[in-house]
Amino acid sequence: MTKNAEQQLVDPFEAALGVSDVKGRSPWEDAWHRLLKNRAAVYSAFIMGFMVLLVVFGPMLISWESDFTDWDYTSSPPSLESGHWFGTDAVGRDILVRTLEGGRISLLVGLVATIVSLVIGVSYGATAGYFGGTADRMMMRVVDIIYALPFMFLMILLMVVFGRHILLIFVAIGAVNWLDMARIVRGQTLSLKNTEFVEAARACGVQDWAIIRRHIVPNLLGVVIVYVTLTIPQVILIESFLSFLGLGVQEPMSSWGALVSDGAQDMESAPWTLIVPSVFLTVTLYCFNYIGDGLRDALDPKDRL
Amino acid sequence: MKSSTKSQAPLLEIKDLNVGFDTPEGEVHAVNNLNFSIKAGDTLAIVGESGAGKTQTVMAALGLLAENGHASGQAIFKGNDLLQMSAAELNRHRGREIAMIFQDPMTSLNPYLRIDKQMIEVVMHHQGLNKNQAREHAVEMLRAVRIPDPERRIRQYPHEFSGGMRQRVIVAMGLLCEPDLLIADEPTTALDVTVQGQISHLMGALRDNSNTAIILISHNLGVVAGLCERVLVMYAGEAVECGSVEQVYYDPRHPYTRGLLESVPRLDRPEEQGLNSIPGNPPNLLTLPAGCKFRDRCPEASDACREKPPMQLDDQRHAWRCILGGDT
Amino acid sequence: MAKHSLRRLLGLIPTLLLLLTVAFFLIRVAPGGPFDAEKALPPEIQANLNAKYHLDESLLQQYFRYLGQVVSLDFGPSYQYKDWTVNELIAQGFPVSLTVGLTAIVLAFFVGTMLGIAAALRQNSTVDYSLMGFAMLGISIPNFVIAPILILLLAVYAGWLPAGGWDWGVPSMVLPIVTLALPAIAYIARITRGSMIEVLHSNFIRTARAKGLSESIVIRRHALRPALLPVISYLGPAIAGMISGSVVIERIFSIPGLGSYFVQGALNRDYTLVMGVVIFYGVLILVLNFLVDLLYAWLNPKIRYDQKR
Repeated sequence: MTKNAEQQLVDPFEAALGVSDVKGRSPWEDAWHRLLKNRAAVYSAFIMGFMVLLVVFGPMLISWESDFTDWDYTSSPPSLESGHWFGTDAVGRDILVRTLEGGRISLLVGLVATIVSLVIGVSYGATAGYFGGTADRMMMRVVDIIYALPFMFLMILLMVVFGRHILLIFVAIGAVNWLDMARIVRGQTLSLKNTEFVEAARACGVQDWAIIRRHIVPNLLGVVIVYVTLTIPQVILIESFLSFLGLGVQEPMSSWGALVSDGAQDMESAPWTLIVPSVFLTVTLYCFNYIGDGLRDALDPKDRL
Repeated sequence: MKSSTKSQAPLLEIKDLNVGFDTPEGEVHAVNNLNFSIKAGDTLAIVGESGAGKTQTVMAALGLLAENGHASGQAIFKGNDLLQMSAAELNRHRGREIAMIFQDPMTSLNPYLRIDKQMIEVVMHHQGLNKNQAREHAVEMLRAVRIPDPERRIRQYPHEFSGGMRQRVIVAMGLLCEPDLLIADEPTTALDVTVQGQISHLMGALRDNSNTAIILISHNLGVVAGLCERVLVMYAGEAVECGSVEQVYYDPRHPYTRGLLESVPRLDRPEEQGLNSIPGNPPNLLTLPAGCKFRDRCPEASDACREKPPMQLDDQRHAWRCILGGDT
Repeated sequence: MAKHSLRRLLGLIPTLLLLLTVAFFLIRVAPGGPFDAEKALPPEIQANLNAKYHLDESLLQQYFRYLGQVVSLDFGPSYQYKDWTVNELIAQGFPVSLTVGLTAIVLAFFVGTMLGIAAALRQNSTVDYSLMGFAMLGISIPNFVIAPILILLLAVYAGWLPAGGWDWGVPSMVLPIVTLALPAIAYIARITRGSMIEVLHSNFIRTARAKGLSESIVIRRHALRPALLPVISYLGPAIAGMISGSVVIERIFSIPGLGSYFVQGALNRDYTLVMGVVIFYGVLILVLNFLVDLLYAWLNPKIRYDQKR
C-alpha cells in the first residue's frame, strides 16, 4: 500500500528526479535536511539540550542543597524574595533543586536502561536476522512468548522481591524493553540480507565484512537511532511510574516520578510541588517524542506523506 | 445518448491543459499546453516515455490528481468543463459516462471487499438497479470478459484472482455502465502477452458494439497499432505529434516519434542494424527549457530550436510540433 | 479460521507457563519467607505454618502443587488480609477495574479514531496540526501527572466532580475513565491518521473515486476498514497499557479495584496476592490479545484466505 501511494506521488516527478542537474545528495544528508525542516523536532532538540545542561549543572549553581530543610519557608509558593524560585515542599526543601536532581536520576535511567536494551536487542535481533532459518524462528518465538507477559506487573513483582535498588531499575527496565528493538533489528537485517544491492555486492565479490560495514550497518543505523530516541522517553516513563507508586528509587534519592507523587499528596495546599516536576517530566517526554518522530520521518521518507 | 455517426462534436476536448505539482523542490510541470479531442467511437492512443504526462492528463480530466497537483485549462466533456465541476457534478460523470481502467491490476481493486460488492456499487449508484439486478448485470459482464464460473467467482476476494483475471474484473467494472468514454491506462502492461491480446480485443469489441470512445495510454506501440486509430505522442508534458496510426507509424514527422519507433525491436529489420535508443534523458520537469523540449536529445537540432516550435498541421489531420518535417 | 484460532490458543500455553514459572520462582528466591516479618514464632508453630502452606516440601513439589492450584483457579489465601483468599479479593476488585477499563477502551477507540480520521481528511491543515499536537501531548503526559492535575482543576478548584472514591455513580467514574483513556485516545488518533492517509493514497481508493462514488461513501465503504486495521492490532498493547495504567489510576482516585489491591499487596509484600493478580491479569491480557487477533483476522480477508489454504 505504501509502495503504491509512493508510486502515485512519485510518478509525475519521475522524470524530474532522475535527471542529472538535480544535485546528488547522500541519504544521510537528505535525512539531515529533512530533519532540519521539521521545526518541532529542531525546537525539541534545543529544549532537550538545554534541559540536560540544566539538570547536570543547575544544582551546582543553586545555593540550596536538595536535602536542606528551610523551616522558615515550608510549603512556600514560588517567590524571588525567599530565594526559592519554584517554592518549597512541606518540609521546606527547595523544589527546583529537588526537581533538577530528580531529573538527573530520570535522565540517567533513560540513558542507561536504553543502552541495556540497545545492546541486548541489537545483538539478539541481528543474530536472528543474520542466521535466519530455524535459529531465527526459535529466537523469535522466544521473543513472542516473552512479549505476551504483563511486564509492568512482573517489574513490580521484581521490585517487591528484590527491594528497590537503582541498579535493578536500570537492568529491569532495559531487559524488558529490548524486545521491540530485537524485532525491528531482526526484520531489518533479514530484509537487508535479501536486498538486490547486497546481493549485487556479493555477486561482485565484495567481502562479507565490507558488505556489513558498507551496506548493513548504515541501513540498520537509521532504525536503531529512531528506536533509541523513542525508547528513552518510554524508559523514563516506566521509571517515573514505578517511583510514583513508591516502588522506584528510594529516599533520599529522588526522581521526577517520585516528586510528582510527593506533589500529588500536597497539591491542594501547595500545587507548585506537583506542577514543577510534572512540567519538567512532561516537557522531556514531549521533546523526546517529537525528536523521535522527526528522526523517523527524516530517515524513513516513505512514511512522509 | 449514444450516437452512431462519427462526424459530430467531440466527446471530450482537452484545451490548453496544464498540470503542475507542488513539491519541496519547486513546481513540477507535468503537462504543458496540451490540446486534443476525441469523438464517440474513436480510439485515441497516448504514447510516450514514463513521465511524459500521459497519466496525469487523464487524471486531471477526472479530478483524480494527487493533493499537491493542480490543473488549468479546459476538459470539455459533452459541452461541460470537467475541470470546473464540483465533486458532486463530477461524480455524475465518473463511473457512468467516463470509466477508467487503471494501470496496476494487483492494487486497483479493494482487497477488503468481495468482487460483487465492488462491481454492484457502480451499477446501483449510477443506474439505480436493485442489488439482485445489479449482481446479475455484474455476472453477465464478468462472463463477457471471459471469467469462467462468474457466479462463483464474483463472491471471491481480489487476492483469489490472478493478475490477468483481476485486470479482466477491472475492465468488466469499467464497462458495467456502458460508458461513452473509456480511459485505459496501460491496461495490459502487467499482463502476459496472450492476455494482453484478449483484453485489447475485448476493448475493441466494446467500441464497435456500443460506439464507446477509448483513450488508451500505453508505451506498447504494438498494442496501440492493434487497437487504435489515432495516436498522440507526448514528450515532457507536451504533445509533439498527433495523427492516425498509419501517419505516425509510417510517416513520423517529429524526430522524437522517429526515435521512439526505432527503439522498438523489430524482426523485419536486419540484425546488424541493432536496436536504437534515444540518447540522453527527458528534461527536468522542474525547470523546463524554453523552446523545443526535445532539443538536447535531438539529432537534427539547430539554433532555431531555441524558439518554441509551432504546431504544424497538414491537410490529413496530421500534426507535429517541430520546425522540420513539413517538406517530407 | 477455527484451526488458526486453535493454533493461536495453543501458542498461549508456553507464555502462560513462563509467566507462572517466573512468578513462582521470583517469589521463592525472595529473601525471607512470608512469615519472617512477624515476630519470631515458636519453632513448632513455624513448622506447622510451613506444613500448612506446604513450604516444607521440595521446591519442585511446591512448583507443581502451585501449578495445579492455578490451573484449578485457586490462588490460595492472602498473606496480608488474613481472612480473605486471593480469589475473594480478585472477585471484589475486578468488577470495578473492569468497568473503568472497558469504558475507557471503548471511549478511546471511538474518540481516537474519529479524531484521527478528522485529521487525516484535513491533512496539513490547522485542524490537523492542532489535533496531532494535542495527541503528542496526550502521549507525553503520563497518567499520574494528568490525573492529579485534573483533580486539582475539576474537583478541588471547580468542584464539579468528586476528587476520588467510588460509589458506582457516574460522577465518580468520569475522571478515572477519562484519565485512563487519554493516552490511548492520543495513540489511536495518531495511528488512525497515519493509516487513513496511507489508505487514501492507495490505488483502490483511486478506483473507487473514479467510479463516481461520493467521497463519504468512498471513505466509509472503502477506506475505513483498512484504515482501522492498524488500530485493531494496537488494541492488544492498548489493553495491556490500560491494565497497568489502571494500577496508578486506581491508587490516585482511591478506587477499590484490583490495581489498588495489587499495589497494597506489593508494598506489604503480600506475595500470594501479588502473584495472583499478576497471573490473573497476565491471563486476561493473553486472552484479550487472542480475541483482538481473531477480530483482526476476521476483518482482513487476506489472512482468512491464507488460513484456508
